[in-house]
Amino acid sequence: MSLYSEKVMDHFRNPRNVGVIDDPDGVGEVGNAKCGDIMKMYIKVRDGILVDVKFETFGCGSAIASSSMATEMIKGKPISEALTLTNQAVTEALGGLPAYKLHCSVLAEQAVQAAILDYYKKNNIPYDPAEFKCEHCAHEDEHGSEE
Amino acid sequence: MKVYADNAATTKVRPEALEAYVKTSQTLFGNPSSLHSEGQRAKELLEDCRARVARALNADPREIYFTSGGSEADNQAILSAARAGEKKGKKKIVSTAIEHHAVLHTLEKLKKEGFEIFLLPVGASGIVSAADAEKAIDENTCLVSVMLANNEIGTVQPVKEIAALCNAKKIPFHTDAVQAVGHMPVDVKDIGCDYLALSGHKFEGPRGTGALYCRRGAPLFPLVEGGAQERGKRAGTEDLPAIAAMAAALEIAVKNLPETTKYVQTLRDFVIDGLSVIPHCALNGDRERRLAGNVSFCFEGVEGEALLLYLDDLGVCASSGSACTSGSLDPSHVLLAIGRVHDVAHGSLRLTFNENNTMEEMKYLVEAVKTVVAKVRAFSPVWRDLQEGKRQYIL
Repeated sequence: MSLYSEKVMDHFRNPRNVGVIDDPDGVGEVGNAKCGDIMKMYIKVRDGILVDVKFETFGCGSAIASSSMATEMIKGKPISEALTLTNQAVTEALGGLPAYKLHCSVLAEQAVQAAILDYYKKNNIPYDPAEFKCEHCAHEDEHGSEE
Repeated sequence: MKVYADNAATTKVRPEALEAYVKTSQTLFGNPSSLHSEGQRAKELLEDCRARVARALNADPREIYFTSGGSEADNQAILSAARAGEKKGKKKIVSTAIEHHAVLHTLEKLKKEGFEIFLLPVGASGIVSAADAEKAIDENTCLVSVMLANNEIGTVQPVKEIAALCNAKKIPFHTDAVQAVGHMPVDVKDIGCDYLALSGHKFEGPRGTGALYCRRGAPLFPLVEGGAQERGKRAGTEDLPAIAAMAAALEIAVKNLPETTKYVQTLRDFVIDGLSVIPHCALNGDRERRLAGNVSFCFEGVEGEALLLYLDDLGVCASSGSACTSGSLDPSHVLLAIGRVHDVAHGSLRLTFNENNTMEEMKYLVEAVKTVVAKVRAFSPVWRDLQEGKRQYIL
């Protein structure tokens, strides 16, 4: 298939960190089934480090690859670093995505942030809202007119 | 194993068509508009092709116009009837919600010009009702356009009944028969249509070929201005090798039709039965009144593009009506029209067969689809929610 880069196809065919964490410290779910993609990110945190990350995705090839790549990029990293993950970084790491698939990388970035936010809230950890580009799913804003 | 199950998208050109192409381009390369003998020999072949295509449809050769394909034929028929209607002050067109974009986008264009467009609904069966059509047709209607068979879900429409309603009221009737010609009996006189569009590459002819049947006396205006080819209705030097190839392919398809449809139908039914055992899935469109080679399913909790890519890895070429495969946010308008909600419509899979497919392939295909659906569901958060009762099953 030439629709996607080799890297995208590799992550699509062999998704890394796929599955659930039974006792997660944070869970983030973004997207909606109506739009055709949902990403769910599970995190395990020890001393501010993301010691485990898992994902489940309902979506197209680039959505699966984007979530897989995002987990690989944040696993083992401090939360502070994971919060700086951008969709551009995910896209770049995947060797690029078709223009109409870029929203998949945005979803991946949002799923990471949503999981961390959930961890903060569950543990009453004070946080700076400015660190979160979107507290609710910007994907919905993007598709909002469709409802 | 390699399984090509996307014959509604396009087909492999049959050897006899290819042979006609090569032979014509090498031995009858003259321009049919030229007066010299090379040109006149080409002209003879062109008219012979026209007669053969006409015979396949039970039309008169003078009613056949060669085009670049189904889309052009649909556009020309609709725009011609609309222009003629406009002159009489009639600006309403009745069509269906499940038409191909070649029809729907042409109608949208006319809507912007002030035409009233009424799209007939289809129920879960994916078939329009003649009674609904009768209610929608009024004295302002200048055209009714109903496809013969749907390209996504394969459902066969009651065009004969609707054409009869139109004929009684002297309203032109057009049918997009792109998916039907070469795959089911098509007789323009029996249908009673004024216009019919067909495409060569759907029945193992070459791409870039098609034809418009236009009943004698029905209005027809050219889309392309220029020379007097196709009796002034379609300018441009005829692609004679391709036309000869299409005529050859059509003749064979029509000759073999009874046995081919019977054979292809056994493949279809085997696949429908095989896939029906997958939990929470549903066949799209009526099970009986559908093309012999069409299978269309929705699987809950999965997304179509992921299905297609994993199937491709297993050697299976298929198609889907999910948003991701269409490049837009919405899934197929056909699936939405038959009442599939977005969540489910994203998980659609279309498999289309012809006589080149084998039962061995079907057995492999069914197992491949089962494997891939299970694989995608295994990491689908939607499927997990359904299984855990946090979301209600739709299928």
